[in-house]
Amino acid sequence: MAYTQEEVLSGVREIVVEIAGISGDKVSMDKKFTDDLEVDSLSMVEVVVAAEEKFGVKIPDEEVTKMATVGDAVNYIVAHS
Amino acid sequence: MTRKRVVVTGLGATTPLGANVPESWSALLAGKSGVALLSDEWVADLPVKFAARVSQDPSEVIEKAHLRRLDRSESFALIASREAWKDAGEPAVEKERLGVVIASGIGGVTTLLEQYDILKSKGARLVSPHTVPMLMPNGPAAHVGLELQAKAGVHTPVSACASGAEAVGYALQMIRNNRADVVVCGGVEAAIHQLPMAGFASMKALSTRNDAPDKASRPYDLDRDGFVLGEGGGVLVLEEYEYAKARGAKIYCELIGVGLTSDGYHIAAPDPDGSGVVRALNFAMQDAEAQVSDVVHLNAHATSTPAGDIAEANALAKALGNHVDQVAVSATKSMTGHLLGGAGAIESIFAALAIKERMAPPTINIDNLDPQVVVDVVKDKPRALPKGDIIALNDSFGFGGHNVVLVFASI
Repeated sequence: MAYTQEEVLSGVREIVVEIAGISGDKVSMDKKFTDDLEVDSLSMVEVVVAAEEKFGVKIPDEEVTKMATVGDAVNYIVAHS
Repeated sequence: MTRKRVVVTGLGATTPLGANVPESWSALLAGKSGVALLSDEWVADLPVKFAARVSQDPSEVIEKAHLRRLDRSESFALIASREAWKDAGEPAVEKERLGVVIASGIGGVTTLLEQYDILKSKGARLVSPHTVPMLMPNGPAAHVGLELQAKAGVHTPVSACASGAEAVGYALQMIRNNRADVVVCGGVEAAIHQLPMAGFASMKALSTRNDAPDKASRPYDLDRDGFVLGEGGGVLVLEEYEYAKARGAKIYCELIGVGLTSDGYHIAAPDPDGSGVVRALNFAMQDAEAQVSDVVHLNAHATSTPAGDIAEANALAKALGNHVDQVAVSATKSMTGHLLGGAGAIESIFAALAIKERMAPPTINIDNLDPQVVVDVVKDKPRALPKGDIIALNDSFGFGGHNVVLVFASI
């Protein structure tokens, strides 16, 4: 099923809050996972697995390495869900 | 060049008796037991249904997102080291002169087993990317080292139930060898899980007194039937004496010696001859350049097993000779349970406090003292220690035949 950008952003926000323990209002499209949200390479694996489960998509490793910002992830999921 | 002196300037702990050192020490002096029935569902399948859990769960003081990437033993290390570091007055030591030595007996066994359950039930994809850093035995030391940005070296001795004491001895050597001015050291363990408990139970090492858990840990009592598994950890800040003095640090006592030997006898049973323990104590006193006649207190390993307590007491009697009657022996595992890799660390803390407060903690649950016990056991109530220059010992032994004796002195 297709999700809107807003739905995906909201879902990714929930995941990042759970995994990184930061406040939800910090999670916006332009934020970088590593620099802005304290999601390091290990936690990024958790974020990806949780997002795959939530939205029923498969995100290949080579795509994960390109996902610097929340927007990168959200746009990929919207396009592939 | 004269040898560097090493002092204890900070203490921290999370134990079955308290969320910190003051709480644990006061419960210890009051003779309280930290042992209780476990509420976990899995105890139904086990012959032993009790243990000594920490009094404050780590989730009360460490945020949830951080806990996701910490094994329980790692969270104990952070909690205890934060208290110890604060207690020491957060010394402004150069990071290159700051070391960390934190031991564990088993490492992140809970993580290993929980992630194995996930692997089997949900598949490899859902195994946490934090699994390896959480299960490695050096994880607790590594996390403390990262938090304090220690750069003189981060180490993890692993010698089963002697690990915590070995860590304190290793830290002493780091300062004497001029590798560091300050070393944060100790030991932790978090192994209250069905597999380690089943394993210890299969060895017949654990007490099975399910009808009276708080009476189960009874070192030196005639009816002792095994040890009680505990969890938690202790951390001490050790410091080079001149460095501590120059910054006006509060000093609990001096750590003047360590002795280490191995039995070469059996993988789990104590050598009934006790010669490994005797040699460790003799080496420790030689290393300390001290006289046995100054020893007034010993925090014993005494885990409440039928064979171990007697083997240790006999060895102490041999090593201390006629002076054995003048040494107040406390078996604090009667209250804390056995913290495995954390035991030597919390017991070092108790020995340091015994010197500072001039008070030997009690041993509880001795209804009938085993007549084979030839040491002077402090029963039921704490006992005042003499004024003047005094020495307290802490001995720890581990499966594998590891023996460690630490020598603490008043200053």
